[in-house]
Amino acid sequence: MTSREQILAKVLQHQPDAQPLPADSSTVFPASNPLESFATVLRNIGGSCIEVDDYQAVQRYINDNFPGQRIVSTLTELSAISEQGWENQDPHSYADIDLAVISAHFGVAENAALWITEQLMHQRAVPFICQQLAVVLNRSEIVQTMHDAYEKIGNTDYGFGSFIAGPSKTADIEQSLVLGAHGPKGMTVFLLG
Amino acid sequence: MSLGTKDHAALSDIFNKDEARVDWHDETLWFVRAKRDKAANSIPEWESLREAASQIKNNVLSNLHDYLIEFENQAKINGVTVHWAADAAEHNQIVHAILKRHNVDRLIKSKSMLTEECHLNEYLSKQNIDVIDTDLGERIVQLAKEPPSHIVLPCIHKKKEEIGELFHEHLGTPEGMADPVFLTAAAREHLRETFLTRKAAITGVNFAVAETGEFVVCTNEGNADMGAHLADVHIACMGIEKIIPKRKNLGVFLRLLTRSATGQPITTYSSHFKKPRPGQEMHIVLVDNGRTTQLSRPDFRNSLKCIRCAACMNTCPVYRRSGGHSYHTAVAGPIGSILAPNLDMKEYADLPFASTLCGSCTNVCPVKINIHEQLYKWRQVIVKEGYADPKKKVAMKVMELTLSSPTIYKNAGKAGRWVMKYAPFTVNNKLNLWYQQREMPEVPKESFGEWFKKNKKND
Repeated sequence: MTSREQILAKVLQHQPDAQPLPADSSTVFPASNPLESFATVLRNIGGSCIEVDDYQAVQRYINDNFPGQRIVSTLTELSAISEQGWENQDPHSYADIDLAVISAHFGVAENAALWITEQLMHQRAVPFICQQLAVVLNRSEIVQTMHDAYEKIGNTDYGFGSFIAGPSKTADIEQSLVLGAHGPKGMTVFLLG
Repeated sequence: MSLGTKDHAALSDIFNKDEARVDWHDETLWFVRAKRDKAANSIPEWESLREAASQIKNNVLSNLHDYLIEFENQAKINGVTVHWAADAAEHNQIVHAILKRHNVDRLIKSKSMLTEECHLNEYLSKQNIDVIDTDLGERIVQLAKEPPSHIVLPCIHKKKEEIGELFHEHLGTPEGMADPVFLTAAAREHLRETFLTRKAAITGVNFAVAETGEFVVCTNEGNADMGAHLADVHIACMGIEKIIPKRKNLGVFLRLLTRSATGQPITTYSSHFKKPRPGQEMHIVLVDNGRTTQLSRPDFRNSLKCIRCAACMNTCPVYRRSGGHSYHTAVAGPIGSILAPNLDMKEYADLPFASTLCGSCTNVCPVKINIHEQLYKWRQVIVKEGYADPKKKVAMKVMELTLSSPTIYKNAGKAGRWVMKYAPFTVNNKLNLWYQQREMPEVPKESFGEWFKKNKKND
């Protein structure tokens, strides 16, 4: 008997009588202003929230705050200020990206997490390996809680997707919070529209 | 980690020698517990979320056979190779075989309590494979050649000055430098170099979805993602109990996990791995290692519902004052004390006794495991099976006799009061464990029974 057969046989023998799944959970107490709630939580977890009217404003902000840096973006609207032809390189070559600008499918008001699948990353390593991450989010794309988030994701197919909430962080040394453990040291969310 | 014949009480004595550190450890973990309370209290429907999580996990345990097969099928369709390991040894061999096939002799690993349980690092180092732990806390204890003392905060027992010394020795930071920001930046540089040069990455698994074959890994540092997305081979190791039925169930668990663990609304990264990226190999190792045995014990099986948030440790008055290493097992604290005896009842016979049974662990558990009741039940099993400390057994027998006979009880009380009054040195000495940390009480003139009799007459 293989280990697989052995394990499955033991599980079948010992698992308790069938217990039903509970009813699906849903948002019970929606935030009155999800946009404000999203922005507040994002600031609390070390990110910054910039409200912009259009991509022109995003460009201006990046030019002012990240001058002379290696900038890559998955957004064609930002091609004027970002490197071209970076997409199909070995992901190790992204180690010196200063700023990566990508977009998110939607944000979650209760925890400021942004749902981003690999289709929006081009390469999976991008939002993790860059020194600073910026994400453009349409301000109408904010859901209340994680229940609504999975409702929205539904049964979409993806190879990889991640909820990203703020910059990389650690508190492993005496519980002192430090931003920028391995991933980005900062995260800027541009709320568009 | 086995510490030979030392039990929790003896190991706690070692930890308790440094009183200032114990106080600091206690306060730090209580601070984390307070953050958990604040986060939980900000969700008005918290209790119904816990109930939903508990019911989903009950459903998982009762359908585990089918869910495992569904998960395996979906993962295969996604292009992932699925392996099954009956025990720790087989798990380690499977991992080793994959590495060997790729000629890998150095790899990185993000946090996985399962690989701690299986002692994978020791095994691989014997095969001349170098493992670098990438979670900052785990890297610190790895440099110190120690196991993690806490499943979420692996080096919570260490002071920043000690970490500064370790980094000075291993990473070349300036002597005496103990600033957390500086030390974290040094580790970032050191580990970034490692991420860029390793071809294989091991991660743990927080949740595996039967419906879709995907698995979710949660970190704050981003180390699991840095490792997995740069490596040619990604091996994810998980216990068979990590399965959940549907993707949407993640909504319930991700709302509970980090709020219970650290009081954060969610981890920075909750990454859903479904398919390998083009050119990458992805493996999942499903491990039993005693879990089916625990499933066969009706009193203890729901310990398998655990999502490893560590809320029970942070709240536990015994854990906070005895430190994780006193539990001499990979998963310390109250939950570890009900998981470990399943693996080895003799080796871990002391752990269910390392509790006051106050029930705080049960109250904070996000999946409603009746932890303190299971600790109490394990004590009975351990005594019945003959694994209890013989001294404890004799003491219990004497107590049983005394409490079941009113005459012996009365006389014992009298004798006790007489001894404490006229021969206090017989109790106020080092042999009396109670006297070691406290003064003995003043001797009452009479027992309550005697007082009651007298005062009733006076009525």
